[in-house]
Amino acid sequence: MDIWLLPRARLGELIATLRARGYDVVAPTPRDGAIVYDTIESDADLPIGLGDEQSPGRYRMVARGDAAVFGYAVGPTSFKRNFHVPTERLYRVERVGGALRFVPEPVAARKVALLGARGCDLVALRSLDRVLQGDRYRDERYAARRSDVVLIAVHCGTPSASCFCTSMGTGPRASGPWDLALTELTTGQHRFIVETGSAMGLTLVRELGLRAAGTLDKIHAAKVPIAAAESITRRLETDALGARLAQNLDHPRFAKVAERCLACTNCTQVCPTCFCTTVEDHTELDGSAAERHRRWDSCFDLEFSYIHGGPVRPSVRARYRQWLTHKLSSWHEQFGSSGCVGCGRCITWCPAGIDITEEAREVGSPRKAEKTT
Amino acid sequence: MKAKKPKLAVFKLASCDGCQLSLLDCEDELLAVAGAVEIAYFLEATSRIVKGPYDLTLVEGSITTEHDAERLRLIRKQSKKLITIGACATAGGIQALRNFADVAEYARVVYARPDTLKTLATSTPVAAHVAVDYELRGCPVDKRQLLEVLNAFLNGRPPRIGSHSVCLDCKRKGTVCVMVAHGTPCLGPVTHSGCGALCPSYTRGCFGCFGPSASAHPAALRPALTQLGKTEAEVARLYATFNAAAPAFAAEHQSLAKRKEPTT
Repeated sequence: MDIWLLPRARLGELIATLRARGYDVVAPTPRDGAIVYDTIESDADLPIGLGDEQSPGRYRMVARGDAAVFGYAVGPTSFKRNFHVPTERLYRVERVGGALRFVPEPVAARKVALLGARGCDLVALRSLDRVLQGDRYRDERYAARRSDVVLIAVHCGTPSASCFCTSMGTGPRASGPWDLALTELTTGQHRFIVETGSAMGLTLVRELGLRAAGTLDKIHAAKVPIAAAESITRRLETDALGARLAQNLDHPRFAKVAERCLACTNCTQVCPTCFCTTVEDHTELDGSAAERHRRWDSCFDLEFSYIHGGPVRPSVRARYRQWLTHKLSSWHEQFGSSGCVGCGRCITWCPAGIDITEEAREVGSPRKAEKTT
Repeated sequence: MKAKKPKLAVFKLASCDGCQLSLLDCEDELLAVAGAVEIAYFLEATSRIVKGPYDLTLVEGSITTEHDAERLRLIRKQSKKLITIGACATAGGIQALRNFADVAEYARVVYARPDTLKTLATSTPVAAHVAVDYELRGCPVDKRQLLEVLNAFLNGRPPRIGSHSVCLDCKRKGTVCVMVAHGTPCLGPVTHSGCGALCPSYTRGCFGCFGPSASAHPAALRPALTQLGKTEAEVARLYATFNAAAPAFAAEHQSLAKRKEPTT
């Protein structure tokens, strides 16, 4: 695998090249006091010189004091919303004579380039792929949106205090597959060290006419995610975690966390792997037609588990337990991996500041459970 | 549509008229609604009154007088389906602040001749007096939701109106959290969806106009609000507005009021 040099001044050309090839470039961009992922038009839309401070229940976008472009940790949005969209019409049904005519909603063809994807983002996307198109229950709408996607990763050099990707094995170095992976170097000449991981990646490098990176630059670049890993202090002990949680379903900690939990659904909505939805039917006023819409939903909502007679999980205790154990325990059995990528979004964006690593640590300690019950 | 059109009635109790005005506010859809129903009683729109019984009745406002309580019982008798609209009708409205105070004292302060006044000590929701088929929240109600409720009842299906928090709507829209990212106190995590997460979309905190969500847990929001600089008295004040008597909100401002007492 060859390694290339992209001067900061030419980053805009990479974006322009992707756009010329018909790709919507979805990348980090500052909006309303946070760095979110959205469609950008040029490198001027990137969070130039911006970083963030994060802790449980708190996020602040801050000036870094330099001109770094990817000098932030992941914000409230994930790439999920580009493929598993928050709200969409599935089909329309019309009365034609005495019969019903079903008109499925087409999925608009959209080529997407994800620029700036972190290691945790990419693992999350693979996790969603497994869930939504990984076996016979395929979500064709997701699959269509996912069919032409260029992945341009950026190895993370700036994790936040909420991050714990090192525990989950998802970063800070972004593991492939990706088309290109960038490492940002801001000392000396501002530049990116570019790795290619696919024919598409190589095509982009050739089109830009990049020259090979020097040995010293390669060493500097390799050190970036290593230094990032060393700065991460939040930990989650994953050894037999799924089994430990499954053995402690009656742990008193669940009642304690329920006292703090708002059941507001924020953790599930910012989570890059939470995929639950609900469907809603609407009718025309005169009953001549109806539509079915799908929307993001959450296991924290009381109505989510409603079946005839009432909700299956009426207490917040039961709902928190469902979420925590699905993410860290039963996801393994269902999809063969953890449902958590250690991005820390649920920690930062919880208005009550509930920390999944702390709750999992408490629930996963069997001896404590015996003492307190 | 040769079948006889269902008769719609709109009644008002103690309220500001804002919710029934939302129906007139449905400019684009109003003609369709007027075509689908016979507007039999709707004084804000027409002085033409058609006698009951009514197929679908919307009731705005709360019960603050014995006279209205009696009137409401008559309305219920004449209504096949009765839907309450707005914070007054579903929770007692802002006038329910009297439930936590001395109404005689209020009357003395406001009126020159309080002895001419005949009022109850409380402002209570319609459902505290008669059976209600559906409660639509909001101060005022959201016109899209009002249309959805009318549509659902006309088509014999349940309304598709969630009871989740405002947060879920913010996240679906992609609105950045004003509380976590800006430090703006917000009642979104405990407030019933319905407005389309309007205030946070304009970088303001939620005021709780739609009352408590189904899982509202204001005590869990208290630490976050006080951390953002709100005193306990100010937190209590946040809940003592349009939905002051909604149980989850009432419990929070009353529990905070009790904590305050020893020092006052």
